[in-house]
Amino acid sequence: MNAWIEKQRHLIDFTLASLARRRTKNFGLLLVYTLLVFVLASVALYTHALRQEAAQVLKQSPEIILQRMVAGRHDLIPPGYIEKIGRIRGVQAIEGRLWGYYYDPVVKANYTFMAPAAEAVRPGTLTVGPAVARSRGLAPGNTISFRAYSGKLFSFTVAGVLPHSSELVSADLVLMSEADFRAFFAYPAGHHTDIALSVANPLEVRNVAAKLAAVLPDSRPILREEVLRTYASVFDWREGIVLALLSAAIFAFAILAWEKASGLSAEEKREIGILKAIGWETGDIIKMKLWEGGLISFTAFLVGFIAAYVQVFRFGAPLFEPVLKGWSVLYPRFELVPAIDSLQVATLFFFTVFPYMAAVLVPIWRAAITDPDAAMRS
Amino acid sequence: MIELTQIRKAFNQGQPNEFWALNGIDLAIEAKKVTAFRGPSGSGKTTLLTIVGCLARPTSGRVKLAGDDISGLPERFLTDIRRSTFGFVFQQFNLIKGLSALDNVMLPAFPTGRPHRELRERSESLLDRLKLAHRREARVEWLSGGEQQRVAIARALVNDPKVLIADEPTANLDTALSREFMGILESLNAEGRTVILSSHDPLVVESAAVDCVVSMRDGQLTRD
Ligand SMILES: Nc1ncnc2c1ncn2[C@@H]1O[C@H](COP(=O)(O)OP(=O)(O)OP(=O)(O)O)[C@@H](O)[C@H]1O
Ligand SMILES: [Mg+2]
Repeated sequence: MNAWIEKQRHLIDFTLASLARRRTKNFGLLLVYTLLVFVLASVALYTHALRQEAAQVLKQSPEIILQRMVAGRHDLIPPGYIEKIGRIRGVQAIEGRLWGYYYDPVVKANYTFMAPAAEAVRPGTLTVGPAVARSRGLAPGNTISFRAYSGKLFSFTVAGVLPHSSELVSADLVLMSEADFRAFFAYPAGHHTDIALSVANPLEVRNVAAKLAAVLPDSRPILREEVLRTYASVFDWREGIVLALLSAAIFAFAILAWEKASGLSAEEKREIGILKAIGWETGDIIKMKLWEGGLISFTAFLVGFIAAYVQVFRFGAPLFEPVLKGWSVLYPRFELVPAIDSLQVATLFFFTVFPYMAAVLVPIWRAAITDPDAAMRS
Repeated sequence: MIELTQIRKAFNQGQPNEFWALNGIDLAIEAKKVTAFRGPSGSGKTTLLTIVGCLARPTSGRVKLAGDDISGLPERFLTDIRRSTFGFVFQQFNLIKGLSALDNVMLPAFPTGRPHRELRERSESLLDRLKLAHRREARVEWLSGGEQQRVAIARALVNDPKVLIADEPTANLDTALSREFMGILESLNAEGRTVILSSHDPLVVESAAVDCVVSMRDGQLTRD
């Protein structure tokens, strides 16, 4: 056991010395390879974080949202609609919702104003999302004024800032009392923006939707599962676009890395012959190269992945933002909540480190099984 | 020590350019003696040395080492034997460029997993003995031919082999350095090592240090 450890230590020593001897080749290899991991990891981390955000949004949204349509356009729900629905089996709660968009000319951003039914916001106060708080520099206790679309100025006290659990869910949210909401938007009394229905059993969602359509023919039920599917396909599509755009670059890099890794110079072949002649076994040479390949690819993976993480979660993925995200106009600043999928990391690791090791090992193995007497004739 | 019976060695066997480099060699090499192979270029000296030193296998015939037949052993065992029994000094020295003299000397011992300190001390003392202590951290490509050869000798000795094999050891050396090399050989032989070498060089072949000269021609031994 001790001898085994000593031997590995010797092999690592020799590997490090070898790497240093071919500094330019190995450094170039490391660079190209790191870049490759960086690009792939960025795409993976970014889309995963976006999916995570979407899942957050949907987890908090009701199973069915009912919108009234007038001439094919979303319209207000008039008084009496909720009563008309009455009792439908399987529906746990029906709630008329009040929300709308507000454009803040000060920071040129859109906010979502909402009067939540569940948690009461005291009249005259607001609870704001983190992005709103950030862009307007708000803290609990501050006063803020918004000019309504009617031209009238409204002042509110900030009661609190929403937790930063998901930017997509809460970043641009402004919660207010129902009275304030109706006054601010001059919203007609008794009207709602839409109706949310919660259904406990997912199997009943479609039945409920069919019944709703029968009771209120001018309304359209939107199912959460359908939104989920749409989101998923949009993300997949965007990820696909990015990968397609990048595939040429990725391919070129991959080929370059393969070339660099698998190219065995005459000098290296000669050295392998010498090592064999002076008593190294084929296995020793392969082990040494394994250390070498492992060192390079692991370093590249680590550096590339960390760089990708920093790019995506610290700097908001400036490289991919235009392609991958559609909401950037809505948010003054968009910061994804870090989310890492270990399976994704493992997959990435496998598909970057493994081909590299193969690229290194195949030619070495071929060179290492040559007869040791070649050293006598060089 | 080493017994060869009916050794034949073919290159590119079965192909149109098939060539028999060795053609039935019977030879016993005595332990603790200096044996030199002599013969014209192409007579098969290097080929014979590779077979004696377990670097290559004969196409037919038997090789016995200290009474054991080793011609049929698998590669792993041959490597073990080669590492523990033989030390090689190649004609072109075959040092690994970019590494220091000391690292080069230590190389053959890496697969044995010998403790690093012990190995380092042994290598340093060998370089010391060959009067290279002051050059041990120098990269080998900066060394002179004579110094490179002494590094190669130190490397051949690091695993403390019983047999030292040198192919054309003086081909790249001037007269003074060749004499110095023969001196080193003598001292190695004096401590009980078997030395086997090949050479055209009269300075080597006719040296008093050589106990036995074997002449070759066309892959066969010649009586002289
Ligand atoms: N790998 C090989 N393939 C084909 N022929 C070979 C090979 N190696 C050696 N030979 C041939 O075998 C013959 C013997 O070669 P060897 O190197 O043993 O001669 P040598 O006596 O050492 O010659 P020199 O004094 O020039 O070193 C030569 O004719 C050579 O061309
Ligand atoms: Mg020769």
